[in-house]
Amino acid sequence: MAEATVPILEMKNVGKVYAQNGRSIEALRGANLRVKKGEFICLIGASGCGKSTLLRMAAGFEAATVGDNLMWGVPITGPGPSRGMVFQDYGLFPWLNVRDNIGFGPKSRGRPRSEIRDTVDHFIDLVGLRQFADVYPHQLSGGMKQRVAIARVLANDAEIVLMDEPFGALDAMTRERLQDELVEIWSRTGLTVLFVTHAIEEAIFLADRVVVMSPGPGRIVREDTIDLPRPRDIASTEFNDWRRLLSSQLHSHHARKAG
Amino acid sequence: MTALTSDHGGEAAPPRERSERVAVWSRLRPLLLAVTFPAALLGLWHVATVGRPGSLIPPPHEVWLELWDLAVGGVNDDAYSGTLHVHLLASLSRVYGGFALAVLLALPLGMLIGRVPLARQLIDPTIQILRPVPVTAWLPLAMIMFGLGPRSAFFLVFLGAFYPILVNTIFGVRSVEPRLFEAAAMLGCSGSAQFFRVVLPAALPSIFTGLRLGLGFAWVVIVVGEMTGVQTGLGAIIMEARQLSRTEIVICGMIVIGTVGFLSDRLVMLIGRRLLSWSPSHG
Repeated sequence: MAEATVPILEMKNVGKVYAQNGRSIEALRGANLRVKKGEFICLIGASGCGKSTLLRMAAGFEAATVGDNLMWGVPITGPGPSRGMVFQDYGLFPWLNVRDNIGFGPKSRGRPRSEIRDTVDHFIDLVGLRQFADVYPHQLSGGMKQRVAIARVLANDAEIVLMDEPFGALDAMTRERLQDELVEIWSRTGLTVLFVTHAIEEAIFLADRVVVMSPGPGRIVREDTIDLPRPRDIASTEFNDWRRLLSSQLHSHHARKAG
Repeated sequence: MTALTSDHGGEAAPPRERSERVAVWSRLRPLLLAVTFPAALLGLWHVATVGRPGSLIPPPHEVWLELWDLAVGGVNDDAYSGTLHVHLLASLSRVYGGFALAVLLALPLGMLIGRVPLARQLIDPTIQILRPVPVTAWLPLAMIMFGLGPRSAFFLVFLGAFYPILVNTIFGVRSVEPRLFEAAAMLGCSGSAQFFRVVLPAALPSIFTGLRLGLGFAWVVIVVGEMTGVQTGLGAIIMEARQLSRTEIVICGMIVIGTVGFLSDRLVMLIGRRLLSWSPSHG
């Protein structure tokens, strides 16, 4: 009953001010966000709109200057395994092979060896890296590295996966493949995903709900529920309508700021 | 490739033969090149010294004979015949002993300075001032403190190896990518566990560079260290032979130090390559 009413993640009137060279910079102002379990949320906006700040606060890497960040109604005080993060630059441990990178979380939490082995095997298969299990990160392509990063978070029983422009550094073909795979994994596992991107198409393709943010100071300007059926056809008229709508949204804020 | 060769049928064999020859040559070439220069030097040395009794430098074959005599005896039958192993062992024990002590002290100290701000503020300035003092400048003080003998040599070797290990350890543990701490934290590894699971492995390539440099310095310093009046050791016979004008023994000592130092560096490198196969710059 509690799960039906309490959101997995809730941000209440959150603001963040950084001090930099004696000046204070307002990265985020008055952000409100409620994420239900199993939702796929995309945060979209130009650079400096505070989308990464918001994600890092959800991860617990940074504390809010004002407002509350809650998970299951409990304040987030620091990073933890329930909120797994996938970084754009992967953040894999270069001295561990694929297997041990994926097993890092379970090992940190003191799981028994046999359980770790089974978990790792399961998630290596899930991301299709069986032949690369004993390979070190520097021998992998960007797409494979990001698969390891995703598997590592899933193997650690993360309830929310926080993704910070995870496919931003990949080539277009690899990006599309990984988008498909991510949706596939998400729909099978019932994960909750908070996904930061600056690509409108990516957001419409992936998200249940798109949160549009705007810079100066960073804030949430609108939320849209994408009701297109899955799998989504990026060439359909409906998809294009969404693209046009969100694009005009993003650009109007730009124009206003420039003017 | 395969499609091309099958198209041309009979023409497939010769290119493959040629490519094998290319492969053999490409492996042989660096070896030949590496040998050419020392062989030329040896030839020059021979031409410049052979048949001149007044030459200060003995010709290569005399040095070779002396080296043989030093190692197994039976040529000159003097006080030095067949004593190489004694001196080599003495030097080896000082080099590795001093090196081991340096590792034992420099590793934990480096980690402490690198990770604990208080330790850094407390100890680092002192070390920065002591570090530029060359080992040779420590020699008189070492002789005053430890007397004439092996303990001074041991101390100097220790000192020579200490700084490279310390400096590289500090650098290694300080320059861990911040992203890796975030990755570890969100996977449930925090606090002191991060030191063993993130800091140490991330710093390993740097620490290893320090060990390699330190061992190299230990070999450099050993001759200076053994000038402090010890009876045995490669440095000791070099100095003693100089006083007796036995130049061939001086050169033999140099050759042995060079060879053993080279082999010891190779060994460290091989261990490093196994341990650091994950690192693109070491593997």
